[in-house]
Amino acid sequence: MLDQLIQFLITGITVGAAYALVGLGFAIIYNASDVVNFAQGEFVMIGAMSAISLIDMGIPYGVALAAAVAITVCVGLALEKFAIEQARDATVVSTIIITIGASIFLRGMALIVWGKDIYAMPPFSGEKPIHVGNATMLPQNIWVMAGTAASVLLVRYFFNRTATGKAILACSYNMKAASLVGINVRKMLLISYGLSAGLGALAGILIAPITYITYDSGVMLGLKGFSAAILGGMGNPMGAVAGGMLLGLLECIGAGFISSGYKDAIAFVVILMVLFFRPGGLFGSAQAERV
Amino acid sequence: MKVLKLFLTVIFILLFNMSPLVPIVHASGIIKIGSFLALTGPASFLGDPELKTLKMYIDQINSQGGVLGKKLELVYYDTAGHAKSAKDIVKRLIQKDRVDVIIGGSTSGTSLAVIDIVQARKIPFISLAGSIKIVQPVKKWVFKTPHTDRMAAAKIFEDMKKRHITRIALITGNGGFDKSGRAQCLDLAPRYGIKIVADESYGNADTDMTTQLTKIRATDAQAILNFGFGKAPAIVAKNVKQLGIRLPLYESHGVASKKFIALAGDAAEGIRLPAAALLVADKLPDSDPQKKVLLGYRNMYEAKYGPVSTFGGHAYDALFITVGAIRRAGCLDKAKIRDEIEKTKGFVGTGGIFNMSPEDHLGLGLDAFKMLEIRNGTWELI
Repeated sequence: MLDQLIQFLITGITVGAAYALVGLGFAIIYNASDVVNFAQGEFVMIGAMSAISLIDMGIPYGVALAAAVAITVCVGLALEKFAIEQARDATVVSTIIITIGASIFLRGMALIVWGKDIYAMPPFSGEKPIHVGNATMLPQNIWVMAGTAASVLLVRYFFNRTATGKAILACSYNMKAASLVGINVRKMLLISYGLSAGLGALAGILIAPITYITYDSGVMLGLKGFSAAILGGMGNPMGAVAGGMLLGLLECIGAGFISSGYKDAIAFVVILMVLFFRPGGLFGSAQAERV
Repeated sequence: MKVLKLFLTVIFILLFNMSPLVPIVHASGIIKIGSFLALTGPASFLGDPELKTLKMYIDQINSQGGVLGKKLELVYYDTAGHAKSAKDIVKRLIQKDRVDVIIGGSTSGTSLAVIDIVQARKIPFISLAGSIKIVQPVKKWVFKTPHTDRMAAAKIFEDMKKRHITRIALITGNGGFDKSGRAQCLDLAPRYGIKIVADESYGNADTDMTTQLTKIRATDAQAILNFGFGKAPAIVAKNVKQLGIRLPLYESHGVASKKFIALAGDAAEGIRLPAAALLVADKLPDSDPQKKVLLGYRNMYEAKYGPVSTFGGHAYDALFITVGAIRRAGCLDKAKIRDEIEKTKGFVGTGGIFNMSPEDHLGLGLDAFKMLEIRNGTWELI
């Protein structure tokens, strides 16, 4: 029983870490502009796909990963520059719809570039399982956990300690006031899209060796990341991380001890319960509705 | 007004996706074969080789003088895998294009959707989809060529019985293929004296199945059966290895492709699966009656289009069953063609040897599947 529990926890944390990174991306853009970016899952897919293609071309592993993140950041910046910024006077809802369109567009482009094939990525360091009692984990599981922890800390540092990070936070509190004190709101928005795309790409690269990637892999990961952000409290980056972890653990423990057939249902019922009692999410501030 | 017209046209094209892909010629001396295939969309990996096969062999038959002195003409449309457009297309094939027979329906959904129409319009229809529901119960005008998931399950259980495996763990995905396969496994297992001690499921887009497999490890199962399709079975194979589970792993015909071996890598070693003979055509003994047909089809397809798949083979079988029936009927009377399709006996196709009857509109036996084991990155017959 204990061995089983440890195995479920390892799997849950690994899966949850990926959701957390995607959720973090959602939270950052939401923070900067009140917009839910539904193309977040596509960043994950583009990051992983680019990395795999670059590795296949014979580019050294580390360079390929860095380049893949860079490519995805460029896609994120382009999305902001050519789609979001062009519609800067649009309402939040219209902008969200634009991001849905962008996600379909990016998926279509991926289909053209990479086709419908399933892609596998070699792991960072070997495939020899590590034993924890009777439970096992792959070296890649540790990479996922460590990579997520490192990026969460970096994002935290960025928002709490750097001027740019604080400026983005300022935009999230009051865009007009932020621009009045001399913050370039447009630039901040651009940075937050770039950052989100980079985090998405990182998530994709970390999990690609465990799972496999297809052009439409972003759909499910985007949905789970969105659920994580909602669960943690939209707009609270650390809440999104906690939400992702919780979602991953819920899925695995629910599947393990109750029924794998209801894996997603269990997770979603818990989310609904949380939202019912705390509409702002677990760590979100209970917002007063502006009338 | 102009804008509105343009808008409506675009909407119409998007909604119905029915631009005629072949000019329609009304002339006598032509046998019209109508087809509706999933050429785009998620099931296009089925429709694409099917269309290529139909085109290639219709050209070949025509260059050899056609059938009954008449040329064959293929009229085809894209369903994108949607049942609704399949219905519209089949009505159009019957009413407007006035085709003589219909071969098509890449997916079970599109095939099942048109059964009512072909039954009412009395036109012979050979489906290229897997579901057993298409021909069971038997419908007068409906036939099919692909083997069914029930046959795959039976083949797997037969092999398990030989190895004295009586308790198995089942793990399946949440897709249509998975669910149908699971239902057939649950239904058939008792007939082979096999008890299913765990029945786990996963989402086909899931990234990790160790949770389900950890539960299976805690049972007294003697083997694991994964009825799945796409990337999920490769993750299952990898997770089984990661967890150090030493039980024999069985997969379905859904992963009978080189892609699966490439994805799962070392973890694929020792996995057993049922597959159509086309995959192992080289390895069949020369005495196997299918060998010549299989190699012929594979070589011709690969010379023109690249790697062959079993799906195109289903179209080959359907086309030649139809051509044989038309030749025997000696005319284009739909009822006579139907009767002759039903009388198909000993036809050696890519899927197996077809022996149709009024009770069996598929006509394949269990020998249509070969049991394979993955060894050193390739399949070996067992």
